[in-house]
This record gives sequence, structure tokens and C-alpha cells, in this order.
Amino acid sequence: MAFKDDLRRIRAIVWKDLTTERRSKAGFNAVAALGVTILVLFGFALGPDAQALRDAAAGVLWLAVLFAGVLAFNRSYQVELDGGALEALLLYPGARWAIFAGKLIANLIFVTAMLVIVVTVGIVLFQVRIPAGWPQLIGIMMLGVVGLVSLGTFYAAMSSRSRAREVLLPLLLYPMLVPVLLASMEATKAFLRGDIMNEAGAWVQMLSLFDVIFLVATFLAFEYVIEV
Amino acid sequence: MLRGVNLQVRAGEIVGLLGHNGCGKSTLLRIVATLLKSSAGDAYVYGANVRTEGDDVRRHVGFFAHVPGLYDDLTARENLAFAATMLGLPSADIDAAIERVGLAHVTHERVRGFSAGMQRRLSLARLILQRPRLLLLDEPYNNLDIAGMALVNDFIRDLSAAGGAALIVVHDLAPAAGVLERTVTIRDGRVAVPTAADLTHDGASPQAVTLPAGAAGIS
Repeated sequence: MAFKDDLRRIRAIVWKDLTTERRSKAGFNAVAALGVTILVLFGFALGPDAQALRDAAAGVLWLAVLFAGVLAFNRSYQVELDGGALEALLLYPGARWAIFAGKLIANLIFVTAMLVIVVTVGIVLFQVRIPAGWPQLIGIMMLGVVGLVSLGTFYAAMSSRSRAREVLLPLLLYPMLVPVLLASMEATKAFLRGDIMNEAGAWVQMLSLFDVIFLVATFLAFEYVIEV
Repeated sequence: MLRGVNLQVRAGEIVGLLGHNGCGKSTLLRIVATLLKSSAGDAYVYGANVRTEGDDVRRHVGFFAHVPGLYDDLTARENLAFAATMLGLPSADIDAAIERVGLAHVTHERVRGFSAGMQRRLSLARLILQRPRLLLLDEPYNNLDIAGMALVNDFIRDLSAAGGAALIVVHDLAPAAGVLERTVTIRDGRVAVPTAADLTHDGASPQAVTLPAGAAGIS
């Protein structure tokens, strides 16, 4: 019964976050624009060499998602802080993990939508040849997004009450994301090259392991970071 | 900030909390509402400890804060529907709650366009929907017109008549006249006997209640 109640609360938070985001529009547009801008800037920095662009595509793509994602995570709690809605949210009865789950799912949908735009632009800009096993590539990207969003949502909650949250979040998040980012980049790079050395599997395993660790840890710790 | 407040609010009782700015009135409400953790001491809401049984406490408590706690890009009705879902309440009563606070004409409009007073009314509608057993109100009359103040007082009286209790932080006793059954003054972090400085402009004398040390906290 309690679990059913928590599921109902999760659904409500996801609906609320996506509805407010859909209506304000500014957040998604800004985040997607930042992601695309980063791709373009890296494109300029790497120069016109098509092979160099292709080689760098996986790394640049994940960096664009990371930098734009931080903006998205900060925004997801900014909505709660405006007008004291976070306090109202914390006053509702029910498990704290349900709040985290709701924010996490909403952020997953948000970052995935941003990823679709960034990847599409990245394929064109970096002249990436889409590999035959592209559905698996989508799987790798989703694993990477899960790791990124679980830590991003958690640390955004932790820094949300700080005045310097815009600065604090990247400082906390980037070092912790190194293993997820590294595994995502290497697995994506290996797949884009056709996985000749059969190395993608090991990176995917590592990525999956970190996803599980981060998901479990953030769900367990959320209650302690969101309460004063 | 608080140095040993001993206070008991009984079911059906409406208590005003007085004191100078920064004396800890709002802090006390936030501790009882489980929004803050006290460094020492205990408080109980209908037998549930605010430090260790927060979820049980939150099932009984309704908090009317300084800030409205609403989502600007949701409509008035959507804000209440969200609250109803989070509280596990039926959505059938939403329209009645909105109508009671006089916002029926803007029920499908986004809160972003509401005045401060309208937002306060919508926050009140959320409490009407919730019908908590313990109502915590932090300066509830701020930004409200006379009709809005009357709405707050009517709701407090209704809740008290139904057996609920209310703890209200007020700076001016005039809007709460006829509602408060007793007042408690917080001074230097403790429940204090009021001085002339605590008297309101209309000369009403708040009745301070000092409970013996060791009495139950808020229960």
C-alpha cells in the first residue's frame, strides 16, 4: 500500500516537473542551445580535418551532454526553490526517495530529449558514420545518461540550498562523474569505430556497474541531503 | 536560538505565538513541521516525535508559511491537484476548496499571474483540502485583505471545532482577535511572561503561559 502511494507521488512529481518545463520552455531551449553551442565550438577548435572530427566525436558529444546537463540539474531544483515550493514538497508525507525518484525520472526524460538534439547535430557536424549496430549505441548512451542523471540529480539536491549552487554543483559533480564519463566515451568511441578490438563490452560492463552503484547510493543518501 | 521551550497545545486549542523579530517563533514552527531539526530537546505531534517519526508527524501537520510554496507555471487547480495527489486525497474536493477562498474565477489560470494575496489564498485552499489536525501558521495575515483574513480565521475556527489544534505566529493581534484562545510569548528563546512591550496597539494583553520544565513538547 505504502509503495503504491509512493508510486503515485513519483508520477505526480514527474508530471509536475515536465509540465512546468514544457510551459516555461526557456529551460529546455537554453540547455539544448548550450549543448549545440559546445559542439560547434569544439568543431571550430578541431578544425576541418574530417578524420580528426570523427575521432573526437564521442568525447565531444559526452562533454556537451555533461555541461548542458549541469544547467538542467540546477534548473530542476530552481523550480522548487522559487516561491518556497521545496518546503511544501518536503512537508508532504511519504518516503523521501519518492521525491528523488520523481526528479530523477523527469531529469532522465529531459536529458534524453536534449541528447537526441545534441547527437543529431553532432552526427552532422562531426561527419559521424552511423554504425550497423546503432541500437546498441543507443543502449550505451542511455546507460551513460542514467549515470549522469542519477549523480546530477543527487548533487543538485545537495547544493540546492547553497547560495553558490551554480558553482558548487559542477565542483561536486565533475570529479564524481569521471568513471561514468570515461566509460561512456570509450564505449561510444569503440562502437563508432566498429568495435574491432572487442573493447566496448568491458566499458559497458564498467558503465553498468557504476550506474548500479550510483543509483543505489543516491537513493539511500537522498533523505540525508535534502533535509536540513 | 531556542533554549528550552516547554509548551503544550491541546486538541481543539488555538494558540498565538508572540515575540520580537528573531526570537525563534518561526524556528519553533519549522521544528514542529519537521522542516528543521533541533539540536536538542523533543517535540511531539499527536504522540509522534518530530525528530524520529517525521513521516507520522507530516500526516497530521499543515504549514502555512511566509512563502506560498506554489508552482508558477501550473494553474491554481493543477497546484491543488498536485497537492491532493501528494497527500493521497481525492481530487473531488479541489473545486470546493478553490471556491471557498474566492479563486473560482481563476481556477484554470497560471499562478505566475496571481497577486501575492491570491497566492496566499491558494495556499490556504491547499490547507482546506488537507484539513490537518495541527495547523502551523507563520504570520498568516500577511498580504491578505480583510476578506482574506476572515477566510483564514474561519478556517482556523472550523478546524478547531472539528478537534484540530492551531499554533499561530502573529506580530499584530488585531487580525486574530476573537480567534486566539491564549497566547504564548517567546523571549530569549524561552516561553516568557509578557511585558508592556508585548501589548498590541488595541491594548489587548496577551496571556503568557509558562509550562513547568519537563512537560511534553508540542503534543
